[in-house]
Amino acid sequence: MPWLRTAALSLNLHAGVHREPASLGGLSGMVCEMIQRGAGQYGSRDLVAAQDNLGIDRNSGVSTAFVSFGAAMPSESLKAAISLYADIARKPHLPQDQLEDARMMAVQELRAMQDEPTHRVMRRLRELHYGEILGRSNYGTEDGIQNITQEDIRDFYQTNYHATGGILSIAGKVDAAEVIDWAEAAFGDWKTGELHELPSPQGTASYEHFESASSQTHIGFAFDAVPYSHPDYFKLRAGMGILSDGMSSRLFDRVREKRGLCYTVTASCHSLKNGGGVFGYAGTTPERAQETLDVTIREIENLLADLEISELQRWKVRIESGLIMEQESSASRASSMASDFYQLGRPMTTVELETLIESLQLDDIRNYWSANPPQDYRIVTLGPNPLTIPESPESTAV
Amino acid sequence: MPEFRETTLSNGLRVAAEIDGRGYSAAFGYFVRAGSRDEVDRESGLSHFLEHMMFKGTQLRSAADVNRELDELGGQSNAYTSEEQTVYYATVLPKFQDRLINLLTDMLSPTLDENEFTTERQVILEEIAKYEDQPPFGAFERAMEVHFGPRGLGRRILGTTESIKTMEVGTMRDYFNRRYRPENIVLAATGNIDFDALVAQVDQLTQGWSQRPESATPTSDPDGSVPSGISLEPRIVTSDAQQAYLVGISPGPSSTSDDRYATRALGSIMGDEGGSRLFWELIDSGRAEVATLWPHEFMNEGAWFTYMICAPEDAKSNRRLMQEIIQNTIDNGIKAEELKQTLSKATAGAIMQSERPSNRLFGIGSRWLTCREYLSTDDALDCLRSITIEDVEKAAKKYLTTDATEIIAAAEDAPAIH
Repeated sequence: MPWLRTAALSLNLHAGVHREPASLGGLSGMVCEMIQRGAGQYGSRDLVAAQDNLGIDRNSGVSTAFVSFGAAMPSESLKAAISLYADIARKPHLPQDQLEDARMMAVQELRAMQDEPTHRVMRRLRELHYGEILGRSNYGTEDGIQNITQEDIRDFYQTNYHATGGILSIAGKVDAAEVIDWAEAAFGDWKTGELHELPSPQGTASYEHFESASSQTHIGFAFDAVPYSHPDYFKLRAGMGILSDGMSSRLFDRVREKRGLCYTVTASCHSLKNGGGVFGYAGTTPERAQETLDVTIREIENLLADLEISELQRWKVRIESGLIMEQESSASRASSMASDFYQLGRPMTTVELETLIESLQLDDIRNYWSANPPQDYRIVTLGPNPLTIPESPESTAV
Repeated sequence: MPEFRETTLSNGLRVAAEIDGRGYSAAFGYFVRAGSRDEVDRESGLSHFLEHMMFKGTQLRSAADVNRELDELGGQSNAYTSEEQTVYYATVLPKFQDRLINLLTDMLSPTLDENEFTTERQVILEEIAKYEDQPPFGAFERAMEVHFGPRGLGRRILGTTESIKTMEVGTMRDYFNRRYRPENIVLAATGNIDFDALVAQVDQLTQGWSQRPESATPTSDPDGSVPSGISLEPRIVTSDAQQAYLVGISPGPSSTSDDRYATRALGSIMGDEGGSRLFWELIDSGRAEVATLWPHEFMNEGAWFTYMICAPEDAKSNRRLMQEIIQNTIDNGIKAEELKQTLSKATAGAIMQSERPSNRLFGIGSRWLTCREYLSTDDALDCLRSITIEDVEKAAKKYLTTDATEIIAAAEDAPAIH
């Protein structure tokens, strides 16, 4: 991307939440924190100073499968940054005297999340949707965090931090051959290890309610859908675009704009490598919550009833504009390449994706949604009163 | 290098653009001098309510037409309201410039239909309820209300449930005519744009704007009273919050103050996430979830905010620690390597920001609206490079204080902090 002044890297290792023992919820996140508390020649504060002086805008965190590090910077800092991140991944000090600080930090993050009603709803929804292991919180559990020892940190690091299956993607104002040499020098002789596939999703239809004296009733809902790597994914995604992408999408138009039922109503696709789902949320005052849920579910189930070509066309323009504008950001290109690499085994080019989007027809959406109708809803609400859950014909029959 | 161009149309509307033909996108925004500080009590929340109504139809387009056309143009579009301005913006591919400008400009002549007004009132009430449930449970609004007083800069942007429930569409029409006058508005554009075509098109589309009916200035509110629905209590009780949320506010530099760059650097040295004085003492050690501070510049005033989230039982000791760090900085200043680190970070940040026209739009539009001033990325980098330790230490003595207005939101049984 020679038109940019920046470069970005995304480093992803198979050391995510699904590798935690059930009793140590939060371990992968704490290891991610601990390895950044000093590595190679740098102590904890020196590491931050080195990153700041290179102008690195950074983030890190764990997800179900991965621990991920993202770094965007002026392109002349890239070589040093690759070597710095190799130190973090390969030569962390894991200082025992900082374990309690890291533990307290993890507890703080977990508690703060508890005060976000939307987070509580979506968190529980994810558990109901994917089951115990794939539905785990990235923030862990209070008990788990309290139980973690220095030995647990070291064991998890030694078992799960290695080159096998790891993905380093780089985008921006770079010379590809040069960058590959730098990566080879930094990571080429790293040890290999064992890869553990994700377990299968294990969710079932269910409804749960958290009682709270909140101003709004917060409604989360989910149903099964194909993941990104599935050949039908973009047929699902186009249907979801018509439902919930943009201000003329059906949920925004029919739940918010026409009826004034809520400020936020949204639904989108979520993918793991081996399973996926549609997750949605609406927040509304308690007296209108039942109507909001009913109207929202009805709109989802009636997607095919009055599909128009103009709806598909609008979604295509939105996606294609997004793809073109992605060329303005090295960080967003690096992260989508890493994601493609994991989900598909190779990065998709912008042109390839554009062609795929352009080829979609209304019948593709009809075929996918008829063969895979939304059902077995997982629903979670938080508010003063529980709601009555609509029973779709399919789930009643079970 | 990007080129800056600007003009003022015969009706008073200003156009300001940073043009870069290499861009993949073009960003446009109408910046209007209409914010909560321009409202009187019975108009409380109106700037923001009006922002919503701008998407609800014109003489030429229904509400559904507006949303549909925005989506047809693909990019990202939205609007926001602050204490001082309302902004309507979109980023699109350059080929859509003409259609987008036609649409955005038309949106700024809304019909303000009564039925749409009644439906949208419900959405605003939902938005207020949504924020009531979210941390920090109104603590920032309360801090502004107590510090600046509940009117002017301290007036809350969303209004109150009471003011929105009783709002009348006629009041909104008067407010619109008073604030949405061409001399109060800037059209800003950044990225790959055709400036001459833009000016010609807007000139033609906004001919009627200067004929908007004059609207009388409303009578001011009674001095010393508190508007209905507003409380100035420093303690907010949140029924089942696990954490305590502390917000402090004190004076800071305004957007025209020469101190503002040094003060931002000071904020970064003291409060940046991931490596700053407060970070190392309070976050890295796990004492608090958030412990930070930053300056916020308004047109002719400024504020320093401090913000801390932690367990209620630790709030008192953490607050003391934060005050010690502040006092130590006032007394003993900063280190050369801290300034170097902060400036490297800020310089890289400015370069990265400059790559997206959508990021550049807001700074350029706001600055032209309030100060008629343009700052290129290189100008901003020069300002950063010229900051000295003395500037930062002077700013610390001038603006840091341990005597801020403080608001705390926490559960009823949380221990006191004083």
